[in-house]
Amino acid sequence: MIISVASGKGGTGKTLVATSLALSLKDGNQVTLLDCDVEEPNDHVFMNPVITGSEPVYIMAPVVAEDKCTFCGKCAEVCAYKAIAVIKDHVLTFPQLCHGCGACSYLCPEKAITEEGREMGIVEWGDAEGIDFIHGMLTVGEAMAPPVIRKVKEHAGNDGIVIIDVPPGTSCPVVEAVKGSDFCLLVTEPTPFGLNDLVLAVETVRELGVPCGVVLNRTGVGDTKTEEYCEKEGIPILLTIPLDMEIARLYSRGVPLVKGLPQWKDNFLGLYERVKELTDGRNPNTER
Amino acid sequence: MEEILILSGKGGTGKTSIVGSLAALAKNKVLADCDVDAADLHLLLSPSVKQETEFWSGQVAVIDENGCTECGLCQDLCRFDAIKDFKVDPVSCEGCGFCSHICPVEAITMEENMSGHWFISETAYGPLVHARLGIAQENSGKLVARVRQQARKIAEEQGLDYTISDGPPGIGCPVISSLSGVNLALLVTEPTLSGIHDLERVVGVCRHFGVPAVVCINKYDINEENTRQIEDYCRGQDIEVASRIPFDNAVTEALVRGVPVVEYDDGRVSREIDKLWQNISGMLANGRKG
Repeated sequence: MIISVASGKGGTGKTLVATSLALSLKDGNQVTLLDCDVEEPNDHVFMNPVITGSEPVYIMAPVVAEDKCTFCGKCAEVCAYKAIAVIKDHVLTFPQLCHGCGACSYLCPEKAITEEGREMGIVEWGDAEGIDFIHGMLTVGEAMAPPVIRKVKEHAGNDGIVIIDVPPGTSCPVVEAVKGSDFCLLVTEPTPFGLNDLVLAVETVRELGVPCGVVLNRTGVGDTKTEEYCEKEGIPILLTIPLDMEIARLYSRGVPLVKGLPQWKDNFLGLYERVKELTDGRNPNTER
Repeated sequence: MEEILILSGKGGTGKTSIVGSLAALAKNKVLADCDVDAADLHLLLSPSVKQETEFWSGQVAVIDENGCTECGLCQDLCRFDAIKDFKVDPVSCEGCGFCSHICPVEAITMEENMSGHWFISETAYGPLVHARLGIAQENSGKLVARVRQQARKIAEEQGLDYTISDGPPGIGCPVISSLSGVNLALLVTEPTLSGIHDLERVVGVCRHFGVPAVVCINKYDINEENTRQIEDYCRGQDIEVASRIPFDNAVTEALVRGVPVVEYDDGRVSREIDKLWQNISGMLANGRKG
């Protein structure tokens, strides 16, 4: 069972939900927690994992052997990203623009282009109180999160329960992180911003064919329009968490909700049961 | 003309609420919403759209079923696993075109992709450039670049003093794209361990691209010990803390009414944001140190 935790709007409580869900389920289940918010990963702040391994993430970029090159310009012609240019008898490469598709090296008639990995992030893994923990971190100054997210997901097995903390937004990093999930929890808050971005997030997960349900965080202020939207769209609200200073303070100190307030564990177990029902029990690997 | 960008690293720290208020406080400016995947600034500024433009960017591979001999070469060579059972998954396709070049029977073509829309609007506070990226689309960086470029053009044409841009969360491609040409980045953080961790990474990005930054600590009273930690960090990095804004439900109440908080009441938050604007506009006027 793969459950992703996404939101559209940032700062609605994805990390709170992902970490508390993982901690609530770890007794009696094999649980893996993936932090795919590789631009700003935070799960480790709450989980304090013991890191046991790491691997750099490389993106392949072209290296041209100018002694073999005839400056025919084929590479520049096929590159969709303008990451390689031929100017008279020189070939210029722009590694930051390269998406690593491999077209230039494959199509070079002189076989003058090889590819060399450029480090653009890191994946680390370890143990957090019996939970398999994996996260990725994009190198500061690098633009493309998806290759790092792909690497994080490659490191995870599909056994047991896999929980994916997804980056905010609705574009390529979100798609990469949510793709292949059995269910997506959308965490939002009952404000016009929360609702606007929830609608976008729902459209995104529907495009991916992943069923979803909502966790409504910081209820008590704001308005009721998010509930009305969920009702109209037939999206179940699976858990509500009130706006509460004690919860906010625990979060600020990096304490997972279910550790600071253990009475919340039952709510997260209930959330998981609802997700199981909604996915029709297509989760044969759940029990160890 | 001065270009100000509001960033945070971590989402939900209050960027848009602060930009909405700066929109009400600053004179002679154009506003831009660079969070193109989850744009929210329009919810505070009630824009009326004057111009809507389609944004065509990138391509998607399409396989002609009738021409395809199912040789499988495209599937083997695609680095993005975007082709399965001789069909292209448009969501995974990066638009590199490799498959179209190598298909032995030329059954693959690349089609132009409309990835969103951008708008020029009028608001009670001046012009706003904003955009909407299509669902599950790529190239948000390019759409951000278009928004920034249009905002700059409007500022130049109308002789405005500032562009004020609401930035996306994170540190990746849309953030890097929105930083180009910026004179001052205002980094909005919150006194949580996650907020501090994410602030450090976004400070790194500003450094990497040579953009001067100042910090605003929002909801500073949620954890004053963490607030002190942020202040110490900023001192060590020679970054000014331009404002400390308290937590107040007035921000959410204003949001529910669809107005900037400084237009909603003149409470503690509004007074702090007013001071923040005086600080940063003063810094820009005095030509702050890089």
